[in-house]
Amino acid sequence: MTTDQQQQGFNLKAEGKRVLRGSSGGRLQQKANPVEKAKGEYDVIVIGSGLAGLTGANVMATQGYRVCLLEQHYNYGGLATWFKRPGGHIFDISLHGFPVGMVKSMRRYWSKEIADSIVKLESIKFDNPQFSFETEFTRDDYTNKVVQAFNLDRAHVESFYNYLRKMEYYNNDGTTTGEMLERFFPGRNDVHRAFMEPITYANGSTLAEPAITYGIVFSNFMSKGVFTFSGGTDQLIMKMRKILAANGVDMFSGAQVERVLVKDGRVAGVRVNGREIKARSVLSNANIKSTVLKLVGEENLKPDFIEQTRAVRLSGSSCQVYIGIKQGEEIPFITDLLFCSTAERFTSEELCDLRTKSRTFSFYYPKTRPHLPNAGYTIVSSNNARWQDWQGLDEVEYEREKNALIERTLDHLEKYIPGVREKIDHVEASTPRTFNFYTQQMQGASFGTKFEGLDVSMKLSEHVPGLYHAGSVGIIMSGWLGTVNYGVITANKMAEYLHVAKAK
Amino acid sequence: MTDEMIKQAIIGIINDINPDEDTSNIDAATRLRDQLDLDSMDFLDIVMELRKRYGVHVPDTDYEHLASLDSCVNYLRDKMAGKELVS
Repeated sequence: MTTDQQQQGFNLKAEGKRVLRGSSGGRLQQKANPVEKAKGEYDVIVIGSGLAGLTGANVMATQGYRVCLLEQHYNYGGLATWFKRPGGHIFDISLHGFPVGMVKSMRRYWSKEIADSIVKLESIKFDNPQFSFETEFTRDDYTNKVVQAFNLDRAHVESFYNYLRKMEYYNNDGTTTGEMLERFFPGRNDVHRAFMEPITYANGSTLAEPAITYGIVFSNFMSKGVFTFSGGTDQLIMKMRKILAANGVDMFSGAQVERVLVKDGRVAGVRVNGREIKARSVLSNANIKSTVLKLVGEENLKPDFIEQTRAVRLSGSSCQVYIGIKQGEEIPFITDLLFCSTAERFTSEELCDLRTKSRTFSFYYPKTRPHLPNAGYTIVSSNNARWQDWQGLDEVEYEREKNALIERTLDHLEKYIPGVREKIDHVEASTPRTFNFYTQQMQGASFGTKFEGLDVSMKLSEHVPGLYHAGSVGIIMSGWLGTVNYGVITANKMAEYLHVAKAK
Repeated sequence: MTDEMIKQAIIGIINDINPDEDTSNIDAATRLRDQLDLDSMDFLDIVMELRKRYGVHVPDTDYEHLASLDSCVNYLRDKMAGKELVS
């Protein structure tokens, strides 16, 4: 990074195309007819290739069904994605870390090879004005650290974990996560922060969500540590595509589904890029709200279900800053995941403020892509964000806020890697508008929906037999593991449906 | 398929989905969940494998019948009749 560029406050437009600003361009030209080679009829059409769509497609294909997967973007993976930039940079969007359960899910629903590529993160750090510690995030180690940092009674912390572990999603008693934390750790904003902040980063949830959402997600994580995929997101998705192809799934990218076709009250297929393709069942991995309100359409549904869907709140969005370290430069090992903030106290509101002081740094060292001879260093900063804050900005304000976000982020990073600006040769930011543009998620939602979305998602097939939904909903089905497993759960329901439909 | 073979079929599935589990001493009358480290996804996998291997369908309202090996046998006896054990 030159001094000139620093003085311009990272207004890198002077560099021309080297810095793409996210929400313009970036899409390949639409193919003339992306679904030209699709057959006329399938047992299952999957709309969207997020991890739930990919996994659902694979489970159905391995059960012997004829499956077609349609993705609007030119790349597969949904938000499990990456992008490349000049200088040899590969940026992972959502590879930050997932619970150990992913190993089992990958082995069962994908392949042993993928499961064997999952590795544990070495270190996770917290740093904010209230506390600072490093942990493996295993149950034992994390407990040691919080007991020590906050002078807590170990048995009490254990009883909190046990309470969380016993929660089931069908016995939501209306208690919020904030109330539950207050009950176990009264007046301890610092303790609430240690328990809540990582989960907010992971799924966009707040202290106001039902405690059950926290219980399930936290229990998944609080086990054997946090894991990642060695090889990077690109390798993972490539391996999944190979498996899908081997299992006979027809896959089409650049395929824009316009409608789910309903005939005699049941699902009949989809219209994609103007062409109608028949299907005995459809799995939508699009946002649940757009699935119901746009793809199915109100004329095919009862008014109360429409109302219920409208009332579903989205879980918020994200901003990210992608930082590429020059080839040949190195940065020391800091940690794998850094949850850091300069905010004095923890509030859910501060975390998604337009100018939040809180962010997660994901550090990607050469070990992320061991197969590449000159794999470099990238750093991805993520923070929670609100669509409403970014949506209304005009182009000038938008650029200004993005640049300010980049500046704040680099200032924050300098605290941990002094002189890092000198080693950077690429930086760009994404906002809720960027997420909206690439994934077509309403309001740029990057975590799916709040808890009430789960009920709409699970009951969709009662309203349109043969139509199912899987994806990030209800917070507990969010994140890589949640959405993969939800894809399996839904595929199982679909297989039952197809069996019964055939028997009739 | 005999009752013993039905038990073998279930144990075979558990061995495949959870290779680390020791299934040599399962008590047929006790809930599987109380003896093995099985979560709800594991039970879903048993259901899916029964469908794949034996063409047996277990609707979600019947999942409770898969609680122990004995209850599996009672529930699956008619459904598995005439089928060959898949290893």
